[in-house]
Amino acid sequence: MSATSTTARAQILNGIRRSLRRGEITGAEREAVEARLARPPLGPAVARARLAQPEKVALFCQWAETNNATVARVAAPDVAAEVVSFLARNNLPARAAMAPSPLLAGYDWGSQKMLSLRQGRGEASDQVSITGAFAGIAETGTLVMASGPDHPVTLNLLPDTHIVVIRESDIVGGYEEVWVRLRERYGKDCMPRTVNTITGPSRTGDIEQAMELGAHGPRRMHIVVVRE
Amino acid sequence: MESTARDFNDNVDHALADPNLQDSLSKLKVGFSERRRQAAERLPEFEALRDRARDIKNHALANLDFYLEEFERKVLALGGHVHWAPTAADARRIIGELCQSMGARTVAKSKSMVAEEIALNEHLEEIGIAPIETDLGEYIIQLRHEPPSHIIAPAVHLTKDQVADTFLEHHAKLGFTKRLTERSDLVAEARHVLRQKFLDADVGLTGANFLVAETGSSMLVTNEGNADLSNTLPRMHIVLASIEKVIPTLEDAAVLLRVLARSATGQESSSYTTLNTGPKRPGDLDGPEHYHVVILDNGRSAVLGTEMQDILRCIRCGACMNHCPVYGAIGGHAYGWVYPGPLGAVLTPQLIGVEEAGNLPNASTFCGRCESVCPVRIPLPKLMRHWREREFERHLTPMAVRQGLALWSFVARRPALYRRLTGLANRVLALFGRAEGRYRALPLAGGWTRFRDLPAPQAGGTFHAQWKKRRP
Repeated sequence: MSATSTTARAQILNGIRRSLRRGEITGAEREAVEARLARPPLGPAVARARLAQPEKVALFCQWAETNNATVARVAAPDVAAEVVSFLARNNLPARAAMAPSPLLAGYDWGSQKMLSLRQGRGEASDQVSITGAFAGIAETGTLVMASGPDHPVTLNLLPDTHIVVIRESDIVGGYEEVWVRLRERYGKDCMPRTVNTITGPSRTGDIEQAMELGAHGPRRMHIVVVRE
Repeated sequence: MESTARDFNDNVDHALADPNLQDSLSKLKVGFSERRRQAAERLPEFEALRDRARDIKNHALANLDFYLEEFERKVLALGGHVHWAPTAADARRIIGELCQSMGARTVAKSKSMVAEEIALNEHLEEIGIAPIETDLGEYIIQLRHEPPSHIIAPAVHLTKDQVADTFLEHHAKLGFTKRLTERSDLVAEARHVLRQKFLDADVGLTGANFLVAETGSSMLVTNEGNADLSNTLPRMHIVLASIEKVIPTLEDAAVLLRVLARSATGQESSSYTTLNTGPKRPGDLDGPEHYHVVILDNGRSAVLGTEMQDILRCIRCGACMNHCPVYGAIGGHAYGWVYPGPLGAVLTPQLIGVEEAGNLPNASTFCGRCESVCPVRIPLPKLMRHWREREFERHLTPMAVRQGLALWSFVARRPALYRRLTGLANRVLALFGRAEGRYRALPLAGGWTRFRDLPAPQAGGTFHAQWKKRRP
């Protein structure tokens, strides 16, 4: 840190303390804020986020569709066939960039001879991507994507069409359950580079406040929910 | 951004006479505000969430230094950098130097009101770097060399036809020579033009809706996905955020997210809510190699501990302007600086001075709709009243207004005189006729009747007289 930046830092922090008429937080007050960080208090419970698992899955699908995604619920052996059928229904080429995820690799892609898959990050020329999801949030029909070697962020953003495969057991009620899962998986101090929570396709209301799909991210989102 | 807040009255005259603007504004009432009402009704816990959102922001402000240091510690631990900018000039210099360190020619920018506040684009252009606005609304107004007129819908003052003309003018050289008439075609054309710019940009710059102290993450809420392309494709990601954006934990973020999108656009959730924490990790196939957060004060720390502190709770949803009858009549540009509407009427005098922007807090009917929809319950009318008091104390109010108020207060403190004069006024006004219920023009009241009718007093005398008669 250069001399200027140390001074600037002190200037801002001391300015805050002067305005609040106190010094640095110490003693019992410091313990209280540290405890709040260590054990975050929950906000008011949202009833629609607290359902039994089957209702959670149904609510997730309902909100995802309300938010302009399409949803198919299939058994694990039928995932690859559903993807091919979706592409055909929408006149899309049977070609996709797929996240290099072991979970995705477990589906029976070999059964679909017409489908050509490339594993890796998203490129500008990709029309279709296939990824998994770290979680789904029933409350709003939202998908949660955690970046990492098995899930490049570009796959969520660059292609026109994003196909997401998610297991029913990864659908939770509300955001708070996702945070718990993230801490469990990555440790409290090491979030992935990016966590994208995505609700339906990209959109904009910037011209006359009318929603139009496909501003910069995918125009189409298809969610394949895997029955268990 | 250069302020024209001083010329507020002239700005208002222009706004009221602009048919395109009036056409665009007429859509506000049925757009955002109606959708907000429906979204709030769909969530029974909405009011309880607003209370908690207010409490969270108050707690964060009371411990702001602690949470900022905690945030910094987490960012550094994950290989990011934090820069502290006491003033707008500091932030411009820091960002300029970071861009130069990458040899940047272009910067892909995601909409940031703080970047508007520090006039970042002008600075980047001066040092030979091209800022490219990628939010559709910001892109449109960048092409037109206009400032934003709304904090979440920067081009809300424009009609579709105006956008079509702008695109034709600027995209013809790229081969798009057909004037478009459909919104979806306009969106598609902008997407096409901007996609290549994303791929070419050396630096991506975004704002932040929240900084999460617990994890060292910056949180961004958007609908288009442009912020995410900005923070993923270029080799450097710079986050520009002001000090009051820091909140303690992800659980707190969940509460604030539940009120933010619903208050802003009436959506259950925006399309993209993204947490960025540090640079690309070993094994990652994409993402920036460099991650920098610039934390800006620019006068905010001085607001803490004052009667104006509540404004620092603001989460920039725009609901106050969507519901404001004054904003609805004049749009955002008339306010003359970055932040329009009730939010701007309170924040602008704070950030650029009451001498420059003292007129803005007067642009309110005190109807209270802004406070009634604010997701963090900022008492906006009360804060505007504080500014009016300060303006009056500092003798910045025009002489005619001061004398008028002095006269009124003299009369109002003498009940007998007050009743006599109002009774007289009532009878005199009756001479001008009250059949229509209102006057289109009145002697000595041209300032009022030039823009609106004056309601005629009802038959039956003054309020005092009627009250006396009705009391048992």
